[in-house]
Amino acid sequence: MTNAGNRLTQGQFSFLPPLTDKQISAQIKYALNKGWAIGIEYTDDPHPRDTYWEMYGNPMFDLKDPAGILMEINNCRKTFPNHYIRVTAFNSARGFESPTMSYIVNRPEKEPGFGLIRRETAGRNIQYSIHSYATDKPEGERY
Amino acid sequence: MAKQSKILKATEQSVDLDAEFRESNIREVLDKLDRELIGLKPVKTRIHEIAALLLVDRVRKQLGLSAGAPSLHMCFTGNPGTGKTTVASRMSEILHRLGYVREGHLVSVTRDDLVGQYIGHTAPKTKEVIKRAMGGVLFIDEAYYLYKPENERDYGAESIEILLQTMENNRDDLVVILAGYKDRMDKFFQSNPGMRSRIAHHIDFPDYGVDELVAIAKLMLAAQNYRFSPDGEKAFVEYIRLRMTLEYFANARSVRNALDRARLRQANRLFTGGKKALTSIDLMTIEAEDIKASRVFLEGKPDTATGPA
Repeated sequence: MTNAGNRLTQGQFSFLPPLTDKQISAQIKYALNKGWAIGIEYTDDPHPRDTYWEMYGNPMFDLKDPAGILMEINNCRKTFPNHYIRVTAFNSARGFESPTMSYIVNRPEKEPGFGLIRRETAGRNIQYSIHSYATDKPEGERY
Repeated sequence: MAKQSKILKATEQSVDLDAEFRESNIREVLDKLDRELIGLKPVKTRIHEIAALLLVDRVRKQLGLSAGAPSLHMCFTGNPGTGKTTVASRMSEILHRLGYVREGHLVSVTRDDLVGQYIGHTAPKTKEVIKRAMGGVLFIDEAYYLYKPENERDYGAESIEILLQTMENNRDDLVVILAGYKDRMDKFFQSNPGMRSRIAHHIDFPDYGVDELVAIAKLMLAAQNYRFSPDGEKAFVEYIRLRMTLEYFANARSVRNALDRARLRQANRLFTGGKKALTSIDLMTIEAEDIKASRVFLEGKPDTATGPA
């Protein structure tokens, strides 16, 4: 959803200023110490219900050091400079089996934000939905 | 001006190299290396030099005299069984203690782990291995297999390309150690001059002498709670002398195999000997007859004539 600065606030740390590479490394290190597999994902459709972003490469297992992942993040930034990119840590332990960390590491220069759509239905009820202004344009030309 | 005053300041400060040395616990690792690895003089000298360099570098950094991280990629050449893999695993520990690598783990790979089977398979595979090795040491055994000049469509060259790139750009993140037999590695470097120039340390592992091999045998036995009887040791010295002249001699690896077979024979001797009450000394001791039964003595052939033994 949007906040005052029109910044997308999904996942962890999204109300903070953008993480530096050093801070990202420290977060990755935390996840690696817990034994979680790390994946890099990107999208240009930032709707909050769009949970499945595209994967950049394979998820990375059995790593010891964040340097390799940071290298991939930077590759992804180079390939998709104007997409949203997030880092996801997957916990495979029984009972969790789901992402346990997720935070945005790259965002487009301009984020137009979301518009609220009101739809009147039977009995003058109103259904609300939100719509990203960016998705008015076709994929790949949005930012 | 600012730089001058910085240097001036640096000359005034002093650091205690000894204190730094003690603090890094590096002595412990180096002593362990000296104790547990027999012979290998040139290797040990080089490791001591590297350790000294890294230590001095660390002290220099405290005084603000940075010189950039030295390149520590290495190439180990030597005959089979001269301890290349063993030293590589020690190397990662040493570099970790000195703070050169962050994690200090060893990722040991061969051609299979790096080179893919079809177009576009090699790069992700090599990159994945590199990512796994980051923060530690990447050990590529029999590295000359990466390059197959007789097949120009071989994907090995692609893997070498990526390796070269990471060795240059991610020097702070990982140390690459190549290992292989001397003549083949030389050929490998001839066809990949870029690789040769990016490797700072070429270390040649010498063959062991008879005394060294016997010392290694004793260490190996001690680790498994065995020992030679005095006659057994004499027989083993004789065995090594004979075995060295035969084909497929693989230094410490041959010693290990010979000891494994001696253990078999010892077990058989104890079993068929009919002695009821065995003491722990009986169970521990390798006698001369356990060694003399080898085909090396009887027929002048290695025990397993089909392969290296």
